[in-house]
Amino acid sequence: MVRVDGTGNEESLIRIRGLEKDYHRGDEEIRVLQGLNLDVGKGEFVAFMGPSGSGKTTLLNLLGGLDTPSHGTISVAGDEITHMSAGKLTQWRARHVGFIFQMYNLLPVLTAFQNVELPLLLTKLSKSERKQHVDAALEIVGLANRSDHFPRQLSGGQEQRVAIARAIVADPTFLLCDEPTGDLDRKSADEILDLLTRLCKEHAKTILMVTHDQLAADRAGAILHLNKGALVEAQGAGGPA
Amino acid sequence: MKYLRLLVVNLFRKKIRTGLTIGSFAIAMLLFGLLVIVRFAFNQGVEVAGADRLIVMNRVTFIEPLPISYMDRIAAIPGVKSVTHATWFGGTYQDPKNFFPQFAVDPETWHAMYPEYLVPDDQFKAFVTDRQAAIAGVETAKRFGWKVGDRIPIEGAIYPGHWQFNLVGIYTGARPKDDTTQFWFQYDYLNETMKQSGNHYGVDHPGWYVVKLTNPDDAVTVVKRIDQTFANSDAETKTDTEQAFAQSFVKQTGNIEFIILVIGGIVFFTLLLVTGNTMAISVRERTAELAILKALGFSDRFILFLVLAESILIALIGGTLGIGIAVALAKLAMAYGNPLAAVLPLLYFPPDQVLVGIAAAIAVGVVAGLLPGLSASRLKVVDALRRI
Repeated sequence: MVRVDGTGNEESLIRIRGLEKDYHRGDEEIRVLQGLNLDVGKGEFVAFMGPSGSGKTTLLNLLGGLDTPSHGTISVAGDEITHMSAGKLTQWRARHVGFIFQMYNLLPVLTAFQNVELPLLLTKLSKSERKQHVDAALEIVGLANRSDHFPRQLSGGQEQRVAIARAIVADPTFLLCDEPTGDLDRKSADEILDLLTRLCKEHAKTILMVTHDQLAADRAGAILHLNKGALVEAQGAGGPA
Repeated sequence: MKYLRLLVVNLFRKKIRTGLTIGSFAIAMLLFGLLVIVRFAFNQGVEVAGADRLIVMNRVTFIEPLPISYMDRIAAIPGVKSVTHATWFGGTYQDPKNFFPQFAVDPETWHAMYPEYLVPDDQFKAFVTDRQAAIAGVETAKRFGWKVGDRIPIEGAIYPGHWQFNLVGIYTGARPKDDTTQFWFQYDYLNETMKQSGNHYGVDHPGWYVVKLTNPDDAVTVVKRIDQTFANSDAETKTDTEQAFAQSFVKQTGNIEFIILVIGGIVFFTLLLVTGNTMAISVRERTAELAILKALGFSDRFILFLVLAESILIALIGGTLGIGIAVALAKLAMAYGNPLAAVLPLLYFPPDQVLVGIAAAIAVGVVAGLLPGLSASRLKVVDALRRI
């Protein structure tokens, strides 16, 4: 269940209350998010839309613990992250968040396998256990046969699939996708969206996605528009939910 | 170990740049190595000086000899265990450029005084029995291709004439840093030849005495006793520990330590700038990747460690390479002919200095990587990702 009116119950996986974020440009104070509320249940696929500068990426950064809010609270699976120290937040991120970026952001010097393995280096898994997890993640994204390829040897769509494998390999609590299809042609974009939908439906992954693409947003169970720093639920979201 | 691959692939992603930085490190550390070798060559006498030995020389000047009668008088002084004497011959072999130290010595007492010089028993017996016998150090023998049984002609300068010696032995050093470039022959041969020649310079006057102390702790007292014994005589003495004596020779050449310190300092500072610049560029190029690592959950400390480790690895590879070449050059020179033998007879890289060099290289690596590493670790993920 996705709610933006602050009436969600304690069982929400993600719970945001009164979230505000201010930026300073010289003497000018710019309020990007204004008293934002959000409740997202486990296994939801939520798309955030809105014009450039509306605060979509800012919201995603706050949800991912990459930035801190000016006011308000964010709780994920019962953990209140807004008051965590930088060190704690880093550990929390490693355990709970899977990031998928528009530009894939794979390390060019590592193979697909090694890129996917990166988050597992932070765990206590043995080498063989890490291999099992990486192979499984690459299998899910359909790139088991490309594990020893470097990013430069892959197409854009394949690179994004490797990035998705990297995001899911440590089995995070939720996935944050920032314009995951923004740099892809329609066919590749559809493949990525199919994959995200499948992760949500078959693997019960909670996905929060920022996008400008209406077709991409239509795949989500809920579409939320950011308007003047607050969230508004759109009509007619179909998606997997 | 699981992070090693990340470290290595990052380091060698720009092979030419990394290669050139390692090359700069290697050349700088080679220069450091050569300075160490030169420093050792100058200080070799100081390094190997016996703690229980004194040198007694003429108070006026080192080149002025002392009467042979002093031998017994010194031996009688309390605290003196044994005495020997030596005389600087200063001749040349075949060509004036072929310089090496030649000493006229008293074989038995000399041998007992310097147990660190190893001579096979049969060769030493031959040295004692043959008046024209000589023993050469292994380095000098190697330098001129001498072998036992050869007849060695030496052109005398202080003691003029064409001197002939029978090479009956070759000595080696008990320690790698022992001087094995000396050439010894019997003082009696020198003394009698000079008497017969009618040139009485140095007759019954050896160059200096070497004293072995009963107890090295008594050095100061015994020094005073010896110099007081010969005070107000025709040939007053100046006694020093062997180490101080060797140091006075080094000082005559100039302040080698200071010169080496200045050159070494400049080398390391330049190295710091070169490596620091390389690491700064490397970090700047990888801002987005480092931000991604942080987003994935790698800590600030890990990022600092990663950059520092790359810098240290460059330093370690370059440093080991440079010092390795310096050690190899010293060994090759000593094995196949030292081109600097006339000035620096012993080219040797002390093992403890290898460790000092490697430690210095690592220190440069740490300092060079520290600023870029700190800036990488403080990187704000949001700001870095916005720049992509």
